Amino acid sequence: MLKVEDLVKDFGKSRVINSASFEVREDEIVALVGPNGAGKTTLVNLISGHILPTSGKIEFNGRDITTASPYLRIQRGIARNFQITNLFEDSSVLDNVRICLFSVYGKISKGIFPANYYREITREAEDILAEFGIVDQKHEMPSNLSEGDKKVLDTAMAFALKSRFLLLDEPTSGVATGDKFKVMDTIVAAIKKQKMACMIIEHDMDIVSDYSDRVLVLSEGEVIAQGKAAEIMEQENVKVILFGVKK
Amino acid sequence: MDDKNFVLRPAFFICTAIFIGLLFLPQILPVYQLMLIESGLTFAIMGLGFNLLLRYTGLLSFGHGALFATGAYAVGMMGRYFPDLYRIEILIPAALAASLIMSAIFGFVCVRHTRVFFSILALALSMVLFALLVKLYDLTGGSDGIHIDLPIMFGKSYEGVKRFEFLSGGYYYFLLCIFAAASILMFAIVNSPFGRALQSIRDNEVRAEMIGIRVRRYRWYAFIISGIFTGLGGALWSFVNGHVSPEISEWVFSGEIVYMTLLGGFMIFVGPIIGAILFTYMKLYAISITQYWMFIIGATLIILVLLLPEGVAGGFAKLFAGRKRANSTGVG
Repeated sequence: MLKVEDLVKDFGKSRVINSASFEVREDEIVALVGPNGAGKTTLVNLISGHILPTSGKIEFNGRDITTASPYLRIQRGIARNFQITNLFEDSSVLDNVRICLFSVYGKISKGIFPANYYREITREAEDILAEFGIVDQKHEMPSNLSEGDKKVLDTAMAFALKSRFLLLDEPTSGVATGDKFKVMDTIVAAIKKQKMACMIIEHDMDIVSDYSDRVLVLSEGEVIAQGKAAEIMEQENVKVILFGVKK
Repeated sequence: MDDKNFVLRPAFFICTAIFIGLLFLPQILPVYQLMLIESGLTFAIMGLGFNLLLRYTGLLSFGHGALFATGAYAVGMMGRYFPDLYRIEILIPAALAASLIMSAIFGFVCVRHTRVFFSILALALSMVLFALLVKLYDLTGGSDGIHIDLPIMFGKSYEGVKRFEFLSGGYYYFLLCIFAAASILMFAIVNSPFGRALQSIRDNEVRAEMIGIRVRRYRWYAFIISGIFTGLGGALWSFVNGHVSPEISEWVFSGEIVYMTLLGGFMIFVGPIIGAILFTYMKLYAISITQYWMFIIGATLIILVLLLPEGVAGGFAKLFAGRKRANSTGVG
């Protein structure tokens, strides 16, 4: 589904992504792990089109999207959330999801009938909020939500774009430790139901091993290992990088 | 907007009552007062357009005077160069077309930037138009401007009729209908998915792009719609004023557009309408009191910003919402 070949990203003189190559297959949940500054978020930004690579190639379903605009990537089926919640703060929780659905259904340019006229879309937005467990707060403004719920809303918005490939940048950061698995259960159940492929950046190795089909380990911009979580964590170089365990 | 149907809301009844009240103004007000109201209504249409950019898209234009001038000059030029087509049913579409083209050009340049860069670009372009209107004397009448004759309105000629008779007769109702239609249309636009998209861009440009909104293109659309409303206001105003001159394209008038929107309150839909009518009266009475009328306007702006940042309409809305809340909680 997603194929990344020799991807390089330089910021000035520093190379942040260095010849990264990997694939994500359909229906697969891949966890992207690595220490702080490894380039995980940069990689997500490159795939979502937020920034463009210095060199290399990104293919999605056989089509080259290396330099495609974010708009085109969303049309092709790539959606993302944000590590630091990135919401429409002056719109209600419901409207945050609804605007995504208007975009997906091509209604965003409709300028005559009020947003409430599209009842099907409103209902679907409520269903998505229910699926993510925040439908009771649908009329709240995002600033009134807890950090955890904001994070869930951010993911629900990415989910509402009906993508085929979802990029989730730390979907549980800021969520209370006791709620992390609940949030992940919700997100993964929704992803599996829609048969989406997904790439999750995550620091919590328990979550990584419980929810991912495969793990990519990124260090200093390079993919240094990939495979099943249990196998990966046995590799010496991964232990050194992720857990600081010396040989 | 909540799920409650707008037709059932108190605001709808208030607006309808005001509209019905406006219908009877020619029977109540002296002609001079009526002309002031008409002038205010044309500014109100412009204010609605201006506020689509300011409130709903987050772009502060200091060049909307040029778009107002485009609509007004379209009428003047039609009268000058195509006198056979000097009919209101042709003049208004012509002004709309001219405003569309001008705002498409202005917008294409301006929406490449936001914040102060956008404002300055809009101001610079409006001053280019101002310079052209002044310098191209043979084409535009230069600083003398163009006299606006009374048009043929739906087959009825007003030749030999005094302007005040024209303005207190059919034209007032024509203007009122256009004002009502423009208000309803703008209300629909800002509450539509398109309006929501603009507000999303205003709130969070990065996220808007990441949910598939073409940010720059939608800003451009907003600019064009805003420009068309502004140009329509200009065209309708030209008949009330009877004369168009380059001053309406100058930055001072663009500043007045910003002023009237702030006066009414840009955070509320009806703010620019109320601001436009208030400003028309305020400016006139300030001029009649003192030659230092700009001092009064300036002082009012300072008081407004310090004491009533939501504007007059915004302040009333806040007061009303506060009372409603107090009543519902059994306080006060």
